[in-house]
Amino acid sequence: MLPIVEPSATLLEPPGLDPQVTTTWLVAFLRDELILRRKILRAVIGLSGGVDSAVTAFLCARALGPENVFAIRMPYRASNPSSLTDAALVVNATGIRCVTIDISAAVDGYLQCEPEADARRRGNVMARTRMLVLFDQSAKFDGLPIGTGNKTERLLGYFTWHADDAPPVNPIGDLFKSQIWTLARYLGVPEPLIEKAPSADLEAGQTDEADLGISYARADAILACFLQGYSDVATIERGFNREEVELVRRRVESTHWKRHLPTTAMLSNTAINEFYLRPVDY
Amino acid sequence: MADALALRAAIVQMKPEKGEYSSNLRSAREAFVQLAADPPNLVVLPEAAMTGYFLEGAVYELAVTAQRFAGDLAATWREASGGQTADLAAGFFENDAGTYYNSAVYVHVESRDERIVHVHRKMFLPTYGVFDEERFLSRGRHLGVFETDFGRMALLLCEDACHAITATLAAVKGARVLIVPSASPGRGIEAEGELASITQWRDTLRLAAIEHGIYVIYAGLTGFEGGKGMTGSSFIVDPRGSVLVRAPATDACIIRADLDLREIDRARATLPLLGDLAAALPDLLLDPELPLPRGGRDAADR
Repeated sequence: MLPIVEPSATLLEPPGLDPQVTTTWLVAFLRDELILRRKILRAVIGLSGGVDSAVTAFLCARALGPENVFAIRMPYRASNPSSLTDAALVVNATGIRCVTIDISAAVDGYLQCEPEADARRRGNVMARTRMLVLFDQSAKFDGLPIGTGNKTERLLGYFTWHADDAPPVNPIGDLFKSQIWTLARYLGVPEPLIEKAPSADLEAGQTDEADLGISYARADAILACFLQGYSDVATIERGFNREEVELVRRRVESTHWKRHLPTTAMLSNTAINEFYLRPVDY
Repeated sequence: MADALALRAAIVQMKPEKGEYSSNLRSAREAFVQLAADPPNLVVLPEAAMTGYFLEGAVYELAVTAQRFAGDLAATWREASGGQTADLAAGFFENDAGTYYNSAVYVHVESRDERIVHVHRKMFLPTYGVFDEERFLSRGRHLGVFETDFGRMALLLCEDACHAITATLAAVKGARVLIVPSASPGRGIEAEGELASITQWRDTLRLAAIEHGIYVIYAGLTGFEGGKGMTGSSFIVDPRGSVLVRAPATDACIIRADLDLREIDRARATLPLLGDLAAALPDLLLDPELPLPRGGRDAADR
């Protein structure tokens, strides 16, 4: 009998990464984008207590030095207290600077005019208030707001438009959530932040995976198939079930608009970003 | 002049400031001053070396004639080196009377004047995914080889060199040194040790060097352009496929190596694939099953 050699079976696992290569690349990215191009030495990060902003803070601390990274903790009165303590673990581990600004008064000041607002609207108001604070604190500290949105939530449209996605520079936006976890372990992000269930913390007991209806690991693996051109049928043939594939497809295809700038009526052959095309760093 | 037996080659891995042509020339000058202390015969710079790569419509504001670019490059070298003789090769955006190309020039510089030896216009303009070259630029139509004091050479710009056939044709036409100015936005973090796109470039050009018994000089642009990081990683590979010297990915730097040009003949004697190919090429290219126009290039235009 001759030995038969075949490729290993197709795995239903999310994409991996080399954390050392990725870290080197992202640190170079942050230095080039902030210091070389914009002549800005400081980064300002909304530190939520979650793993995404923690990874971003660790990367910025490596790129700019911890003394040049300003973390802003922005609790609302209904936020989980553990979010604050988890964010403090990151501050202690990195040596970055930190301020805490309670957004309850600002959020409630508006929402008292809109008492009927449901949880989704209230969550969006909180996210947009945090962005207002982040940009203003950036002006105060002479720094640049740094984005903390990951590729999974960007693809699924699981973010508040012109809030979470507003900062001009984002080092982790091309990393799936599963890759963020791997990177977090490499960077030394405190274990409680890696182990806990991801949550937007806009409502008590909320988790991302319950909101989305699928685990990040499954969603990332399916998204990776989509992005490589696999149809739903071909994705299901790889071992995923129809319901989860359709759920992911539906979320991606209903949120393309969230990944673009506003739609502007074109009236001339000099329309900005249609005919008049200049790169962002020109 | 008889062909030299050795070529002292250097690469200036540029990290340009987007659109700042004069400022980037000054950066090149600083590198040239360093090199002039022990001057090389040939200095290679990357694709889009003085402007950055992703320009979109700004290319029409930054493109210059080949004469202007060669003159600026030569004057910069002359000033930095105190008028020493050298050959320079670099990528630039070319304006030829209102037609725009992604080009590279090879220029021979002496103490008082310079001579353009060759201009290569990029033939393969990537226009997919993140790339948009053919939206703004015209395609080159000719893969030329040219004579230098160091033997026959060819220039291929970035994607030109991704197609095995271009290096093959250059080698069949007698090129012994292949110069590849490049601007490659990095991607692929799943592989171990380095970005997948860096490995791909080295694999591709090592194979070309081994198959044809040629030196390959790859000059990569570095620096981030709107989130897209150019992978630098310039290298020189010898005719047996050994990487003689290699630059890091994310930093501007100079790399240099002395190339023993006799090594080309030795490598070809050991592995005479190029001679074999030259003999079989007519059978391969005249194959009626190939989707080629019969009756010359003009037939393809109709």
